[in-house]
Order: sequence, then C-alpha cells, then structure tokens
Amino acid sequence: MCAMASLSDNLNSPSPTSQIQILNINWFQKQPHGNDEVSLTMNITADLQSLFTWNTKQVFVFVAAEYETPKNSLNQVSLWDAIIPTKEHANFWIQTANKYRFVDQGSNLRGKEFNLTLHWHVMPKTGKMFADKIVMSGYRLPEEYR
Amino acid sequence: MGWIGDTVDSIKSIQIRQLLTQAVSLGMIVTSALIIWKALMCITGSESPVVVVLSGSMEPGFKRGDILFLHMSKDPIRAGEIVVFNVDGREIPIVHRVIKVHERQDTGEVEVLTKGDNNYGDDRLLYAQGQLWLQRHHIMGRAVGFLPYVGWVTIIMTEKPIIKYILIGALGLLVITSKD
Repeated sequence: MCAMASLSDNLNSPSPTSQIQILNINWFQKQPHGNDEVSLTMNITADLQSLFTWNTKQVFVFVAAEYETPKNSLNQVSLWDAIIPTKEHANFWIQTANKYRFVDQGSNLRGKEFNLTLHWHVMPKTGKMFADKIVMSGYRLPEEYR
Repeated sequence: MGWIGDTVDSIKSIQIRQLLTQAVSLGMIVTSALIIWKALMCITGSESPVVVVLSGSMEPGFKRGDILFLHMSKDPIRAGEIVVFNVDGREIPIVHRVIKVHERQDTGEVEVLTKGDNNYGDDRLLYAQGQLWLQRHHIMGRAVGFLPYVGWVTIIMTEKPIIKYILIGALGLLVITSKD
C-alpha cells in the first residue's frame, strides 16, 4: 500500500515558483569568535500548491544561503523555514528577518556573492519523501561591515 | 476449561521427533527474519535500515511510533535532508533535519548542524560537550520514506517488556501445540 501511494505521487509533476528579495541588511559584523555574521530581512513569495497530492501530509520549506569560500567548497546556511500543512497555505508571501544565524566559518563574507535557494521537502501520509529546490542567484553582501 | 485440558493432552502426546521438527521450524523462522534484516542492512548501506521515531521533535511530520526507512549513499550530505545520527555517549539515535552544511575544499569532509522541525533551537545542546558540528561518521543514514504508527509495537515492547514475554510465550505455545 505504501508502494502504491508513492507510485501515485510519482505521477504528479509539480511546478512550484518562488521569488526572494533582500529588503535590508540589518547589520554585518565580525563576531568576537572571529566569524562573520550578517542579519538580513527578506521578502519571500512562493506558490507551492502544485506539490500537494492526496498523499501529502505537509510540505517543509526552507530558504538557504549558499556560497563558496577559500576554505569551504560549499556552505549552506538555512535562514528561514516553515511547515505548510495544506494546499491552501501553500501560496504565500512573508517578510521576515533570518530565523537562524547567518554565520560563516571564518571571515569571508565581505562582498560575498551568494545564491538563495528555496528548498521544499514533501512529507507523505505514507511512503517515499520527495525534495527539490529552486536556485536564485545574483545576491551580494556589502563590501564593508555595518 | 476444555481448551486447557486439550492443551495439556497435546503436550503430553508429543513425540520427540515432532518436537524436534517444530524446534527446527521455529529456528528457521528466526533465522529467516535475521537474514532479511541483514540483507536490508546490505542493500540500504545503513547499520540500521529501519528506525522507530521515539520523540515529538519532528512533529507534525513524524510522530512517536512512526517507522522511518533509512538509506545511506555516498552522496554528500546537504541541507534539508533528514538524517539519523548518534551522539558519542548516547545510545539512542536522533532523527533531525540538516540546517547548515560546511564542506571543505581540500578533504571534502563536511561539518553539519541539525535541528528538529518542532524544536525551538538547533541541536548543539544535544551534541557532546564542546561539539559544535556533526561529521559524516556520526550519521547512520538518511530518512527516505516512512510508515505511520507501525513502530508502536516496538515502543510498547521496549517500555513494557512483560508484553514481549507474553508474546514469545504465546508464540512458543502455539508452535508446540499445532499439529501439522
């Protein structure tokens, strides 16, 4: 039964959309422990209604900043997440500061170019879980601390 | 009352050969279960291919008593994945979501931070003293699918072991008294 439920989920071809705007860099500092940290406010809009099927219990959505540094080939830092319980809640707009701290391993964030990715994780009532993401590029942090 | 009399009679009338046959059948069932478990471990690449959710820290997605199917591939660990990990010194594995990933250029090793969806803060309080990140060797597998409620059998048998003994006793009695 579990397999059949997942099979019907496979037939669904979702087409989610999203946009993220950075409204403000609230502050940007090097912390006492030596790592850069930035606080920002974002405007997140998304339409994830096409992800929901009869077998969907909830969709977990999160926004992560992704960037590269000399030490790390990949850094993924989750900035915000939410649980979408039903299809009706899946077309949304939210203005928020980052829920989780945007801290680097080191001091590499000045002038840093980064992507913002919107990830979704579909949790079924039973069976296989699906996940995917939309990558939005072209964001850049300030050259100087503020 | 008649049933008890019949049971006593059938126990008395068992011949040695029949008893041995049934002991071997029981042994075969247990061994088959073990083989299936080991094969699952092999196929999924994980030490523990199935785990039972024990806490409410991932609600409403996973509830206490749900069963998670795990798989561990060589693919790098990425944000958003739900992983099962062990903390040094704690015997019960934890199932939470990865919220931060830092992957080294030179070695490809990762440092990862996790958090339960239903928890306010991240898992640093759960890690060992002084530990800020999880590494790959802490992680037993990724959750790829799940079945609700089925894990309650395991939880009940662990928390009220008397039920386990009753079940095994009943199973043993059934095997002994069945005539096939």
